[in-house]
Amino acid sequence: MIPAAFEYHRPADLASALSILNTHGDEARVVAGGHSLIPMMKLRMTEIGHLVDLQDIASLRGIEVTSDSVVIGAMTTQHELITSDALATALPIIREAALLIADPQVRYMGTLGGNVANGDPGNDMPGLMQCLDARFTVEGADGPREIKARAYYESAYFTAREEEEILTKVTIPLPAAGHGFAYEKQKRKVGDYATAACGVIVSGDGASVAMTNLADTPIWSEQAGTALAAGDVDGAVAAALAAIDPQEDMRGPIAFKRHVAGVVIRRAMERALTRAKG
Amino acid sequence: MKDEVTSTEERRENLKGMGCARKRVEDVRFTQGKGNYVDDIKMDGMLFGDFVRSPYAHARVTSINKEAALAIPGVVAVLTAEDLAPLGLHWMPTLAGDKQMVLADGKVLFQGQEVAFVVANDRYAASDGVEAVEVDYEDLPVVTDPFKALEPDAPVLREDLEGQTEGAHGPRKHHNHIFTWEQGDEAATEQVMSTADVVAEEMVYYHRTHPNPLETCGCVASMDKVTGKLTLYGTFQAPHAIRTIVSLISSIPEHKIRVVSPDIGGGFGNKVGAYSGYVCSVVASIVTGKPVKWVEDKMDNLMSTAFARDYWMKGKIAATKEGKITGLHCHVIGDHGGFDACADPTKFPAGFFNICTGSYDIPTAYLSVDGVYTNKAPGGVAYRCSFRVTEAAYFIERMIEVLAIKLDMDSAELRRINFIKKEQFPYQSALGWEYDSGDYHTAWDKALEAVDYKALRAEQAQRIEDFKAGKTRKLMGVGLSFFTEIVGAGPVKNCDILGLGMFDSCEIRIHPTGSAIARLGTISQGQGHATAFAQIIASEIGIPADDITLEEGDTDTAPYGLGTYGSRSMPVAGAATAMASRKIKAKAQMIAAYLLEVHDDDVEFDVDRFAVKGNPERFKTMKEIAFAAYNQAIPGVEPGLEAVSYYDPPNMTYPFGAYICVMELDVDTGEHEIRKFYALDDCGTRVNPMIIEGQVHGGATEGYAIAMGQEIAYDEMGNHKTATLMDFFVPTAMETPTYQTDFTVTPSPHHPIGAKGVGESPNVGSVPAFSNAVHDAFRAFGLVQSHMPHDHWRVWRIADELGLHG
Repeated sequence: MIPAAFEYHRPADLASALSILNTHGDEARVVAGGHSLIPMMKLRMTEIGHLVDLQDIASLRGIEVTSDSVVIGAMTTQHELITSDALATALPIIREAALLIADPQVRYMGTLGGNVANGDPGNDMPGLMQCLDARFTVEGADGPREIKARAYYESAYFTAREEEEILTKVTIPLPAAGHGFAYEKQKRKVGDYATAACGVIVSGDGASVAMTNLADTPIWSEQAGTALAAGDVDGAVAAALAAIDPQEDMRGPIAFKRHVAGVVIRRAMERALTRAKG
Repeated sequence: MKDEVTSTEERRENLKGMGCARKRVEDVRFTQGKGNYVDDIKMDGMLFGDFVRSPYAHARVTSINKEAALAIPGVVAVLTAEDLAPLGLHWMPTLAGDKQMVLADGKVLFQGQEVAFVVANDRYAASDGVEAVEVDYEDLPVVTDPFKALEPDAPVLREDLEGQTEGAHGPRKHHNHIFTWEQGDEAATEQVMSTADVVAEEMVYYHRTHPNPLETCGCVASMDKVTGKLTLYGTFQAPHAIRTIVSLISSIPEHKIRVVSPDIGGGFGNKVGAYSGYVCSVVASIVTGKPVKWVEDKMDNLMSTAFARDYWMKGKIAATKEGKITGLHCHVIGDHGGFDACADPTKFPAGFFNICTGSYDIPTAYLSVDGVYTNKAPGGVAYRCSFRVTEAAYFIERMIEVLAIKLDMDSAELRRINFIKKEQFPYQSALGWEYDSGDYHTAWDKALEAVDYKALRAEQAQRIEDFKAGKTRKLMGVGLSFFTEIVGAGPVKNCDILGLGMFDSCEIRIHPTGSAIARLGTISQGQGHATAFAQIIASEIGIPADDITLEEGDTDTAPYGLGTYGSRSMPVAGAATAMASRKIKAKAQMIAAYLLEVHDDDVEFDVDRFAVKGNPERFKTMKEIAFAAYNQAIPGVEPGLEAVSYYDPPNMTYPFGAYICVMELDVDTGEHEIRKFYALDDCGTRVNPMIIEGQVHGGATEGYAIAMGQEIAYDEMGNHKTATLMDFFVPTAMETPTYQTDFTVTPSPHHPIGAKGVGESPNVGSVPAFSNAVHDAFRAFGLVQSHMPHDHWRVWRIADELGLHG
């Protein structure tokens, strides 16, 4: 559990970080909270020549709530997401989901950007960001560009972000006032990834349903959202289940995961509907 | 003087002796991060060792190339079996009479097996060196199933044993067979089975798991080339035994070896045996002349050092139609992995599994156990239990439930009908043990009343109705468990490990000012020995526990003993402590009589002093007696006040208990909630009730983990699937149930203070309680047996197979 030797960089601004990435190409990787990358390095599954630590870049932190959106810096920690009252008022589903991620120690270190950037199918925030139709801003030598969360994930650990780009912020359009929401997650114990998880938003404008760890990418199901918006929970669950592709692991075989997914999705939908009415 | 105005009761309280919930003296350092563990040891010029491990479960090692590793700056040496062979150290004896490769000798038998040992100036270079060693493997067919391992055409795993039809424990029936161990009367048992009103038959599997101490195994070996003395610091549960074994296998004279167990962060049986890391560190220190440290990481620990359980137990239980059990038949296939590295007393290759008649008066029984080699890690240690007692308790407590189903009886009543009665003790079991004492009916009634058993059954019946009516998707299980342990190994006449008798020891020195130091042959791994053993001395001799230092684990200073595992510290070393105390007390009595100018028989012990009989105002305190012992010439009495006792127990002790678990199960998600967990323990005399309660909480939490999710799993290729704490379930505070503890007290008649030991009872007793709760929830729907661990998907599978998913 000791990584191979690497150079450690700790730039103070984004330009310096991008410059290091440009200089070292695919030998360099950025690290945010480190909860995905560091274990991979310790297991020597990933060897990295240059580790670029983003924690000193102040411009990558912070939560900004405006009248129609929320902008969250990539280096904002899960703990900061949980403790922001402004965020909890505007987008309460984020606190609900973040509280289901790992444990307090991990949440002090783990960041939103790190959670969404590298395409780990076990992470909760990618599915939630798809549910919320968030946009990721990535910045490279050619300047920033936006990628929709729903278009970001290609397969496990493969994303639309280029190697030399840094994910800098997440922009989330605010759902309609009085929207219903729920993030449901079944896991084996505190700290585990989801056996099945589902995020749901319902409002007068429609509904959105996305799922975590039930395929090699997060799954957003447009059909499930359409059915749910029409009040057809059974149809919505069926559509969501048709979209997933769970794999067997120590959490259980595929048939079990499909069954649990059905329960978790339904619970999320029913809870979101209840809240929307309330 | 203050003493003279203090009441007897106050004087007794001041001692903080037996029965006092004294706070643990160890916790001051443990809770402040001031413990001294093996990995805290730093020595000048210390080198670090790390292993190249096999990625294959079964393969021939065709070549090992060290060159690239040796070229890495900081790498000092790379050891392979070839290097160890001239010293005869490429293999080592196991505690079970087998032998084990220290480093791969031509082949590997499990994934994670030690192939080469890289020694470097620091951990980082050692790790780089491990990556750089080039090993060529030629893979061989893998066998992970012990039943397949016994098929005629199964691959030969242990080529070194080829043609050997006699093993350490009798004949070998097959090239992957290790031993057969039989107890009881086979013919009589068959006869009972063939004529019984009812026979229930079931396969009960206790899956493979791992003790997983938070601190992994490790050592620092330091050979002083000037004095020729080897000092070996390590996470040893049996430091004296390690010293003798190191001497025997290395030819270093025993007086030139000092073994030290510093603070140990949990053992649970994982730290009893001898591991390749110890041997390689010693050799590397001898070769380099420098101290060498080796400490496993968590994956190393879960993959290579001793696992536990993995017993396939086929049972038949016979009874009258009224439910009186008439016979028990059990055949076990024990999966030992690539080497038989169990840590059992030598004459007991399946440990004390023959306690499997449990708490019941079963007149006729037969047991046979077959040990089998597979391509899995070696071990089979007693994970917080006396040797194989947890397996035995789980087996009989499942068989009772299976029988209750067959008889359509309440299993609480079935237990009551069959308990050994109080007046039957000492009780001779059909499989060869003499139970020392017990009062099972009293404990059982107390437990059932405490949980309001009748109300629980009524609630459960209603729940079943509601479930069938579609009003709920949750079922409720009531898990019963009544266990009898056999601990405190053990009498030297039948208990030894590699020929070392399993007595234990205590040496006490009273200082002139009346404080004391005591040393024992055991070693605490978190049990609180320094707290509890001082309490025994306090009560026996009459000096305050706070004035007694307790030391263990340094073989240069502590008296010889066989260490701490199998709940043996209190039954064996605790007895030695009482006996050594009594020797001191006897001498103190003579000194007191001299000082008081009366005959020895005219003084009597009174809490913390000897007083003249009938004249309690005339007395000498232990403090005064201690000072006189050193500083006053007393005719016919040697100066000083100290004693040592080596205690060879006349029998084992038999703690018992009644555990009840109430569980909610979601049939759709497989999730559970422990609504109640009640644990009644009878460990005889209770030395420190707070430590007992802590032990029950800890052991029951391990039991919860084992029953509800913890396992060591392999795929068919022998790949280890649970080598991290992501997949190897260890409960956090969030999952851990709340426990309600209780007790009865039935002292051991043969132990000097009547204590029986408690550390392992909660692991032994709780696993069946949790598992039976799961089974009980589905009993009304036809479930008879479903193997642990009862994690979400397996509980879901039970419901699915019973058709509860519609």
